[in-house]
Amino acid sequence: MTADKRYFRRLSGYYAWFCACFAGFLLALTVLEKEGMPRLWIGHLFMFATIVLYATIGVVSRTSNVTEYYVAGRRVPALFNGMATAADWISAASFISLAGGLYLHGFDALAYIMGWTGGYCLVALLIAPYLRKFGQYTIPDYLAARYGGGAGGRGGPVRALAVGATIIVSFIYVVAQIYAVGLIASRFTGVDFSVGIFLGLASILVCSFLGGMRGITWTQVAQYIIILVAFLIPTMWLSAKHADNPLPQVAYGSVLPKLAQREAQLAADPREEAVRAQFRRQADDYAARLAALPASWEGGRLEAQRRLDTARLRNASLTEVRNAERALAAYPKTVDDAETLWRAQRARLLARAQPPQPHAAPFPGATEAESNARRNNFLALVFCLMFGTAALPHILMRSYTTPSVHATRGSVFWTLFFILLIYLSIPALAVLAKYDMYTSLVGSDFRALPTWISYWANVDKVHPLISITDINGDGLVQLAEIAIDGDVLVLATPEIGGLPYVISGLVAAGGLAAALSTADGLLLAISNALSHDVYYKIVDPGASTQKRVTISKLLLLAVAFIAAYAASQKPADILSLVGAAFSLAASTLFAPLVLGVFWKRGNHAGAIAGMIVGFLSCLYYMLRTNPILGGRMDAAWFDIAPMSAGIFGVPAGIAAVVLVSLLTKPPGRASDGLVDYIRAPE
Amino acid sequence: MTPESAPPPGATLEPELRRQRRLLAERALHWRRTRRLTAILLGLWLLTGFCTVYFARELARITIFGWPLSFYMAAQGASLVCLAIIGFYAWRMRQLDAAYTRAMEEPA
Repeated sequence: MTADKRYFRRLSGYYAWFCACFAGFLLALTVLEKEGMPRLWIGHLFMFATIVLYATIGVVSRTSNVTEYYVAGRRVPALFNGMATAADWISAASFISLAGGLYLHGFDALAYIMGWTGGYCLVALLIAPYLRKFGQYTIPDYLAARYGGGAGGRGGPVRALAVGATIIVSFIYVVAQIYAVGLIASRFTGVDFSVGIFLGLASILVCSFLGGMRGITWTQVAQYIIILVAFLIPTMWLSAKHADNPLPQVAYGSVLPKLAQREAQLAADPREEAVRAQFRRQADDYAARLAALPASWEGGRLEAQRRLDTARLRNASLTEVRNAERALAAYPKTVDDAETLWRAQRARLLARAQPPQPHAAPFPGATEAESNARRNNFLALVFCLMFGTAALPHILMRSYTTPSVHATRGSVFWTLFFILLIYLSIPALAVLAKYDMYTSLVGSDFRALPTWISYWANVDKVHPLISITDINGDGLVQLAEIAIDGDVLVLATPEIGGLPYVISGLVAAGGLAAALSTADGLLLAISNALSHDVYYKIVDPGASTQKRVTISKLLLLAVAFIAAYAASQKPADILSLVGAAFSLAASTLFAPLVLGVFWKRGNHAGAIAGMIVGFLSCLYYMLRTNPILGGRMDAAWFDIAPMSAGIFGVPAGIAAVVLVSLLTKPPGRASDGLVDYIRAPE
Repeated sequence: MTPESAPPPGATLEPELRRQRRLLAERALHWRRTRRLTAILLGLWLLTGFCTVYFARELARITIFGWPLSFYMAAQGASLVCLAIIGFYAWRMRQLDAAYTRAMEEPA
């Protein structure tokens, strides 16, 4: 007990030192900025300093001991384990995109807040303590031991399925993280996107490659501190500015009524209405063209060709000819292309023609049915995110790293505590930033736009993160004239609030830390599944511990490079992919994990059936309804979005486990004994 | 149990058997309590989460400190209830485990 306490105190000492150094670093940079250090240098310095920090921690905690490598020696105190899990959990999506999502979608986006925190109840009550009591290394370990079966009764088939699920889910998720790393690195240091990806990859590898779970745990604690500071400083600043109270979680209640008032004002403003009418006219134009297909496509192509010809004939200026050439080259190649493109354009314009929706109003809709559909989708999404949380291998793996079952329960508490420090202020940031934009930007003069707008508009020229055009030509900014990508919100908050550039660099470092910490955990989950479950348990059970760790490190390297390659291809629609990962995890793994502890009758055949049925039913619904995967939303059941396919997958999985288990013979005494052991107190 | 500590047959079989039985009974009691606690807390969790969303439109009419109640519950309340549930569970399970240990240490 005293040794544990001494260890805890020593760790606290290290991190207190770290915080002090970090504060010193921030102060020094603030002074340097005042002295005139260029912006780009500050960005570089932040990237460089944080990556060196993570690398140092990674090198210091290098190890080749199996228990240290896989489960950090099972002696991480609950508080630190909670902090590390929180960093593991807070991904690029929650750090960068969530506040933007709330800004754009209001109440609807709160489903993410509820889902991503509520899931921890399931983790704490149904899974984590029992996994710790079981006390092996991976999630497939537990499922294989519990359900047995296969050749030799060691649970080979169950293990293989669990490994497959772990790899699919974690891989989808890790690609999204590496993509975010590339994005942040390229925006803040000006390097190319793919160079950014490989820079990020290098820093992910130094942590997890040398130290395994031990390395990433101690890096993640440091990363959590950076994430927290980076998120809270700008939010507290905005809160003090608009609500005279530096505690955003408490203060934004007083801003909400003011925001609602302003929204009502803008919805009724005739100048706003004029801009919206313009969008409606453009949308109608597309609708007319869509109705006249294929003749309109042919006509449009000839028209573009004719413009180019006349420009050439009358010897127009070079830029005019260029523009005409470009318009012709960008013209849809086939009738089908034209249909998809114009449909998308029309939808985009119609969306912009909508008056602002009240931020805090739940499920606004023209009709009762529409409103109910939104409510049902909200419920379904919350359900999938919660059950997905309770089935994500890289989070569950964390319950193995604490010294005891008590510590595991405490660790889940601390995890949620540290997550909430940030998650409770995300809706606050969205409301405060929205209020700031609606009051200070809307209605201002076009000639006096703040500089951050032109900066962020030029970062990505193809898909501008923010664009403001004077559509009705009155020289004033209207709300309907602003098109903003949710991702820019957190990154631009310091500038929106008028903070020095150092804070912008800090926020970028925070976003990078969020993406890197999650990527670390995911890569480790994948490589552990491959090395421990596939190589050691299935291919070569006689491998020495040294060999196992080496194999694991090599696999980690390989998986990291494949993931980086996949991310560099810029896969479409990252966020819906992440949502898909949650639904798949929930449908496949939740039923066997929980029933394994709470239902002794569950057996080998049941577990296999549950995983296969859960996975396939989830996949089927996604293929059926997701337009990206070739489905149509018309085919949806109860209007549920493809991302929430888990709402059908989880019950299907549970039903399959129960039915098939009852139809086949009960599990043997070994499985009974294991369940008794897992349930018993220490 | 190692062979050295195994009781010689006959003489101490009776107390050893009793000890085994008591262990099983205590474990069963502990598990029953754990299961009940889990069920109650999960019920509470389900109730907060589900009611917040399902009755959001009705709850939005009530305002506390500027927040419509449904917005507050979805943004903070439900998550804080979860944290409380997990905290209570950890504390209560520690008590249950301690009760189990005490019962096992008591002489028969």
